[in-house]
Amino acid sequence: MKIVIVDESPIRAAILEEGLRDAGFMTVERLSDMNNLLMRIQAIDPDVILIDLENPSRDTLEQMFQVSRAVRRPVAMFVDQSDAASIRASIDAGVSAYIVDGLKKERVKSILDLCVSRFNAFSRLQNELERAKTDLEDRKTLDRAKGVLMKSKGLTEDEAYRLMRGAAMRENKKIADIAHAILTAAELLK
Amino acid sequence: MTGARNKLRIGFIPLVDAATLVVAVDKGFARAEGLDVELVREVSWSNVRDKLNIGVFDAAHLLAPVAIASSLGLGHIKVPIVAPFNLAMNGNAITVSLPLYAQLRDVADGDLADPSSSAQALAEIVRLRGKSGAEPLTFGMTFPFSTHNYQLRYWMAAGGIDPDEDVRLVVLPPPYMMQSLSNGQVDGFCVGAPWNSLAVNASVGRILHFGVDIFAHAPEKLLALRESFAESDPSTVAALTRAHIKAANFVGQAANHEEVAAILARSDRVGVDAKVIQNTLDGRLRVALDGALREDPNYLLLGQSGAGRPDQLHAVWLYAQMLRWGQVRCAAGLEEAAKRTYRADLYDAAHGDGEHVRVSEPISAFAGPSFDDRDLARYLEAFSIGRKI
Repeated sequence: MKIVIVDESPIRAAILEEGLRDAGFMTVERLSDMNNLLMRIQAIDPDVILIDLENPSRDTLEQMFQVSRAVRRPVAMFVDQSDAASIRASIDAGVSAYIVDGLKKERVKSILDLCVSRFNAFSRLQNELERAKTDLEDRKTLDRAKGVLMKSKGLTEDEAYRLMRGAAMRENKKIADIAHAILTAAELLK
Repeated sequence: MTGARNKLRIGFIPLVDAATLVVAVDKGFARAEGLDVELVREVSWSNVRDKLNIGVFDAAHLLAPVAIASSLGLGHIKVPIVAPFNLAMNGNAITVSLPLYAQLRDVADGDLADPSSSAQALAEIVRLRGKSGAEPLTFGMTFPFSTHNYQLRYWMAAGGIDPDEDVRLVVLPPPYMMQSLSNGQVDGFCVGAPWNSLAVNASVGRILHFGVDIFAHAPEKLLALRESFAESDPSTVAALTRAHIKAANFVGQAANHEEVAAILARSDRVGVDAKVIQNTLDGRLRVALDGALREDPNYLLLGQSGAGRPDQLHAVWLYAQMLRWGQVRCAAGLEEAAKRTYRADLYDAAHGDGEHVRVSEPISAFAGPSFDDRDLARYLEAFSIGRKI
């Protein structure tokens, strides 16, 4: 079975490809360049096409499948409404599949389930990365705010931290927000 | 509360003709009706359709032919869709590359502003290219089931071009149109606002025709819902429709265009320059880089002064275009199913002021037979290009 992944995110596509290979699907091609999409799909002649839902080229693909005489016509997975739950899961995960007619439903379902779990894993990864970035920035802000307090009020590092933590608790804010406010104020008072 | 919901998710595509929906939400008309609406910007019509069909969205800003295709089950699963409000009519334009415009001027017999002349000139270029063995001309449009597709096809066929044989029609996401025109992937396109203006401003294209040159009153976008939602929760649908009626009246007043443009310009809405949007709302567009302006009060109609009431004539006309271009085969019950997509009764129920029977504005094409919704066979028979019943 030949599978094409159309995804502008190379990392996510690689994660998906790896998953498909692990599951025994050996012929997997990744397309990230949206130019000449149809020509490349024609050359590959896939049984399944997977596309991320943030991809504006999805409309282009869909028309190609409708008019093209050259490719075997893949149809959207939605045409078979038998498994609404897995369709819903794939939309929530952000992936859609086009499938050449005649493919066994169970095989498609296993591919789709795999897509969903890999796409979800990718967004978890992204969220974690995002959080790590924010944490790092927060820590930097905190350190700078501590420095401001230590200098202007002659505090130790520990005292400066406790002062901010106290303010955060009183005002029901995050300590990073307090640190931000201190830096802004310090900037204005310069 | 009897199953009435007040939290709604509504999908839209960043286009000026989503104005009434966006204003209904951002200007508080929906909140005043007790609705808490989350607007979700989407990147493709396929996404909007799928998310509406499967229930991720409660409603959507949708191409009118997509709503009908969904009700008929064309190219996709059949999910009956209904529209209690007509979001927009017209609003598209045909833009061509500067080289193609120069060629059209060279071969044109008459005034290129007249679509009959421009279509004949285009046919002449198509013939010349065919003879010299050049690649066929390529035109971009937004979706197979779109008025853009039908406008391009109608115009070309009037000049003697078979759009399925003589040229290439490709779907392009609107944000890619300009780039595709400048790098020569397409020679022209038909798209909604603001994308034509952006191509003109970037000096890669020239607006050849407003959509109104092809059809005086063409259906374009609907506020679309699943029929099952309309049936199970009529009070919410009425509230949503009322919010749209009020928003459309606000959008329709020229004095509010500046504010409407500012709302739409936000990055999470249409996200382009407010001035360009305001010009579109005013129906005043620069058609060429040399600054030539063109004004047409009907360039884009956004549901004001009663035009928000769904008109079943539109459904039958769109169904006829689908028949003509082979997107559907004539079968019993399809025309009725198309008509059921346009629900003036839901509009009237929301309006609460009795039936607002409105005389249909004829769609009025620049050429060809006049449209008769009672005799589609004869209408389609009158065209030399396209399928018959």
